[in-house]
Amino acid sequence: MLTYILRRLGAGLLLLAVVTMVTFAIFYVVPRWAGRTTEQLATMYVGRAPTPEAIQATIERLGLDQPIVVQFGEFVRGIFFGAQYQFGRDTIECSAPCFGYSFQTYQEVFPEIISRLPVTASLAIGAGVIWLVGGVAVGVVSAVWKGSLFDRLAMGIALAGVSLPIFFTGLLALAFLVHSWGLFATPRYVPFSQDPLAWAQGMLLPWLTLAFLHAAMYARQTRAGMLETLNEDYIRTARAKGLSERKVVLKHALRPTLTPIVTIFGLDLGLVLGGAVLTEQVFSLNGIGRYAVQAITQSDLPVILGVTLFGAFFIVICNLLVDLVYPLIDPRVRIHN
Amino acid sequence: MTESPSGSPAAASAAPVVRVDDLHVTFPTLDGDVHAVDGLSFEVPAGGALGIVGESGSGKSVTSLALMGLHRGSRARITGGIEVVGTDVVAATDRKLRSMRGNDIAMVFQDPMQSLHPQYTIGNQLVEALRVHRPQVSRAQARTRAIESLERVGIPEPAKRVNSYPHEFSGGMRQRVLIAMGLMCDPKVLLADEPTTALDVTVQAQILDLLDELRRDLDMGLILVSHDLAVVAGSVDEVVVMREGRAVERGDVRRVLAEPEHPYTQALLAAVPRVEVSRAERRARDRAERAERARREQRRSSGATAESVGSESADPAPFSAFEPATPATGDRGEPLLRVRDVAQSFKVRGGLWGRATDFWAVKGVSFDLYKGETLGVVGESGSGKSTLSRMVMRLLEPTKGTVEFEGQDITHLSERRLRPLRRDVQMVFQNPYSSLNPRMTIGQSIGTALRVQGEGNPRTIRSRVQELLERVGLEPNHYNRFPHAFSGGQRQRIAIARALILKPRLIICDEPVSALDVSTQDQVLRLLSELQDDFGLTYVFVAHDLAVVRQVSDRVAVMRKGEVVELGDSDTIYENPQSDYTRQLLTAAPVLDPDEARELRSERVRLRSRGD
Repeated sequence: MLTYILRRLGAGLLLLAVVTMVTFAIFYVVPRWAGRTTEQLATMYVGRAPTPEAIQATIERLGLDQPIVVQFGEFVRGIFFGAQYQFGRDTIECSAPCFGYSFQTYQEVFPEIISRLPVTASLAIGAGVIWLVGGVAVGVVSAVWKGSLFDRLAMGIALAGVSLPIFFTGLLALAFLVHSWGLFATPRYVPFSQDPLAWAQGMLLPWLTLAFLHAAMYARQTRAGMLETLNEDYIRTARAKGLSERKVVLKHALRPTLTPIVTIFGLDLGLVLGGAVLTEQVFSLNGIGRYAVQAITQSDLPVILGVTLFGAFFIVICNLLVDLVYPLIDPRVRIHN
Repeated sequence: MTESPSGSPAAASAAPVVRVDDLHVTFPTLDGDVHAVDGLSFEVPAGGALGIVGESGSGKSVTSLALMGLHRGSRARITGGIEVVGTDVVAATDRKLRSMRGNDIAMVFQDPMQSLHPQYTIGNQLVEALRVHRPQVSRAQARTRAIESLERVGIPEPAKRVNSYPHEFSGGMRQRVLIAMGLMCDPKVLLADEPTTALDVTVQAQILDLLDELRRDLDMGLILVSHDLAVVAGSVDEVVVMREGRAVERGDVRRVLAEPEHPYTQALLAAVPRVEVSRAERRARDRAERAERARREQRRSSGATAESVGSESADPAPFSAFEPATPATGDRGEPLLRVRDVAQSFKVRGGLWGRATDFWAVKGVSFDLYKGETLGVVGESGSGKSTLSRMVMRLLEPTKGTVEFEGQDITHLSERRLRPLRRDVQMVFQNPYSSLNPRMTIGQSIGTALRVQGEGNPRTIRSRVQELLERVGLEPNHYNRFPHAFSGGQRQRIAIARALILKPRLIICDEPVSALDVSTQDQVLRLLSELQDDFGLTYVFVAHDLAVVRQVSDRVAVMRKGEVVELGDSDTIYENPQSDYTRQLLTAAPVLDPDEARELRSERVRLRSRGD
């Protein structure tokens, strides 16, 4: 078991290193292939009045004329030991872990991400719980009552859920549920530690909107998996023992069905933790996704790079967790000595 | 475990524990109703044993599911009477039915690999089986009981193994676990639906012995469902032979097997391959039958007008481009195939960092094969027999050793250089359902090989394929049909036609009949032997069934764990086996005579107790 954990951890770290390299290459090497000169790249960091002198100074300051390997080395060094940028007479300190410095907002990237993390994490985890529980429950009931009115209705709604984008459902919900009918509080983020009730009230609509999309997919997946499992020989064995149908479904059929669901849940949650771009945008929640959108519209390269790495980090972490949880769910994966 | 069920055994044995009266199971389909079971009646007295025998589609499995009431919730319509230990299965409430299942009647299924839940320990599954009916029993007590039950069915170290998961057991051990699960509530009847079909011969014998022993020790009724008369012969008192949902014959097992009344039972018995019938006897019988058939055909066609039959007249062997058959006896000359010390290793990943270790599936096998001869290769699963045949076919490259075909060393030939050779060596696979491409018509499937080997004219291909279809006992107008339209036996005929189309010299048959019913099996074996006579074919015949192998093979190689333990003339090996392993296999082979079967059983018990 320990070797398994170590091996997974090693693989996870390696994957992160590769992601860092590739992302860095995309942002710093590809533009050069596309014909951008060092000067043009530097212009983005200079600010409003790019004089040739200022550009030259920026190139030197950021080491843009250095070989790419050296630049990457500097970037990685920054992550572990921090970096310093000369800015005129001032020295800008970017303390470790330094994932870059935005020269447009004059802020370090990492603390900015961290300060927005609670918003995104609240959104992701809350919605994740809702869509996992809700989706699986609907899927199970649909499979057991296959062909019933509930099944057909649920699968119809699920199809809609998969097809409707968040900026549609979200805006609709805002217009009717909040503004016209006042059923929900206006979405906003209140820190959990400040007022748990207000936190939940403010997040409820974003949760439901984001969860709706995913729950639809999970319901369909669960239903399909459940129907397959219910045809297995060991389900017949369970029935032949005299178990009640409830026990057959909830103990014997649900667990094998959940195994693949857990895998996709890890991926989906990781993805959303890296920034639920559309949901945050629609409900004006100041999370990582919104930060990314702002950075992209302003071509703020260091921020884009930082957010991308952060998102990758969450996906790798969630996958790692899934890998570690997997042997608990499915004993066949366990390593035997 | 040892405590006997309450009530005096004499009183209990008076009333039947299972009574089936004019049972009908009907499945409505778009093409009208399908009568899977059509007026079946039987009884099992307490402590008695009944065998239900029939080929696939005879309704025997539908019957066993109906006994458990497992058709509830499906579209099956059930009429008639089923009574299991006082429960009216047809009319009972769901709750009543559930309290019967596992408690009064327990079921053991065909495929032990799939019938246990892969994600729970066997202890968990056994405990559950008891506690669902006896909620007052504590978890700890139930666990103790589970360990006893596992010990009873012969699981070694039950106290430790109770915490294992199903995938940590072999197929035979899993079947034992399922039986142990069935025993948890002291049922009055054990219903075993093809309990040994997925198992090797020796394991099959062990499971049947165990069922027999349990039945006697626990005074339990046994219903043994099987497609194989020989499997039930030694284990039951009474037998029901089913065909198309009806019982064609029912009676004492000795009487039915010795003097079958119904023609179907007689045909079924005649089709069962018997281990005591030699290759020569079988060949003589097949040839005589064939000559007789030809004579009858001739008489009929001379009576009819020759014109009406047209160009497709009943020429006995129109597919005549082969050289005439040469007798296998006499001067044998150079061997067709010479195999020397071949070995095959596979990399198995495991351990720290997934380091690969070598696993030797075949460890040094040598033999010669002469033209017109059949070499039988027998062994249990994991013996390396399939790996060996794939190496001979050069689907695998031997890790060590050499394979020579007609004097040419083909051990390490490249795929391109092998291509001309593929014409001469063909293969027939075990599963006729998955070895034919479902999206190709059978004409395409058979004809592709001709096209690949350079035949460009589609009309020639078509006529050759149709000729061959006729030769293997199918209709030429089947050319454009897809595989799903054919039965298992017909598909295997198609597979044989596909192997024959290139006029090969050597055909490797890898378990060609093990997926087929006995009567179909018999027909396919007969076809293979006729084709050998007509075209002078040479076969390597790989199978786990000793009786089948004996009847088709001139020589036999017995394999175990990648090695040949015995190789020689087939009659010599079967009548005078030299190695312990061969002897063990032979005592495990099911036989049709109930008395002989019981003798063999006590012989096995003796051998086993000596081994301990």
